[in-house]
Amino acid sequence: MEKLRLVAEPGQHNLTMWRDFNAPRERVFRALTDPTLIPRWWGPKDTTTLVDKMEVRKGGIWRYVQRDADGSENGFNGVYHDITSPERMIYTFEWEGLPGHVLLETVTLTERNGVTTITDASVFQSIEDRDGMIQSGMERGASETWDRFEELLKTM
Amino acid sequence: MMTTFEALAEPTRRHILDLLLERPRLVGELADLLKVSQPGVSKHLRVLRDVGLVKVRQDAQRHWYELRPEPLAEVEAWLEPYRQLMEARYDRLEGLLNELQDEEKRHGKT
Repeated sequence: MEKLRLVAEPGQHNLTMWRDFNAPRERVFRALTDPTLIPRWWGPKDTTTLVDKMEVRKGGIWRYVQRDADGSENGFNGVYHDITSPERMIYTFEWEGLPGHVLLETVTLTERNGVTTITDASVFQSIEDRDGMIQSGMERGASETWDRFEELLKTM
Repeated sequence: MMTTFEALAEPTRRHILDLLLERPRLVGELADLLKVSQPGVSKHLRVLRDVGLVKVRQDAQRHWYELRPEPLAEVEAWLEPYRQLMEARYDRLEGLLNELQDEEKRHGKT
């Protein structure tokens, strides 16, 4: 079943996703902003995430290092523009492999009857940047699929 | 030739597809509804035909333009791996939230 909704209209600079979580938004906000909790969910399967910096306040810097199973590392960083607990955070996001291609991410939490919706809206500098990000997901997604396929083969 | 993505990037062409989703239409009808000249609409229709999003059915002297939705599946397929990647991340977040709930319970919080 699809729980995540993702919209990326052709020819636009943005990408928006939504998903519901069966938790109060204070808890969801904590999971998003507590440096000790980030490594427990951020980054794809078979990678470990190290929180290098996480100054959760306006003007603060964040930087994560993601280590892949083969030992290669990818850095990600940005600056917090707005932190309004427990409802909103706005920050920039940059992959260090492609410096200068920065996107602006607005994460909004809304709670209804104990269910919290995360809305994650990203605005890119260009259509090409956005499409490149989706394309990279395609490569990563494909590699995860092959990893799972490999695991399956081992059990056969 | 343009790709499906490039064809869909133009707002007037997306509007044409919305109108054809309701029912097949004639060029003149589309021009009136869009407030665009007939040659302008014809140009967009040619692009949409080239990428296979629109087909033409001839009825006596009239050309009916119809939607052909198959190439839209290609656009969906393009997004799907990225959606799955993000879905996997959010699945882990959901798992963490459940663990946090258990921890809170153990510490006597509500």
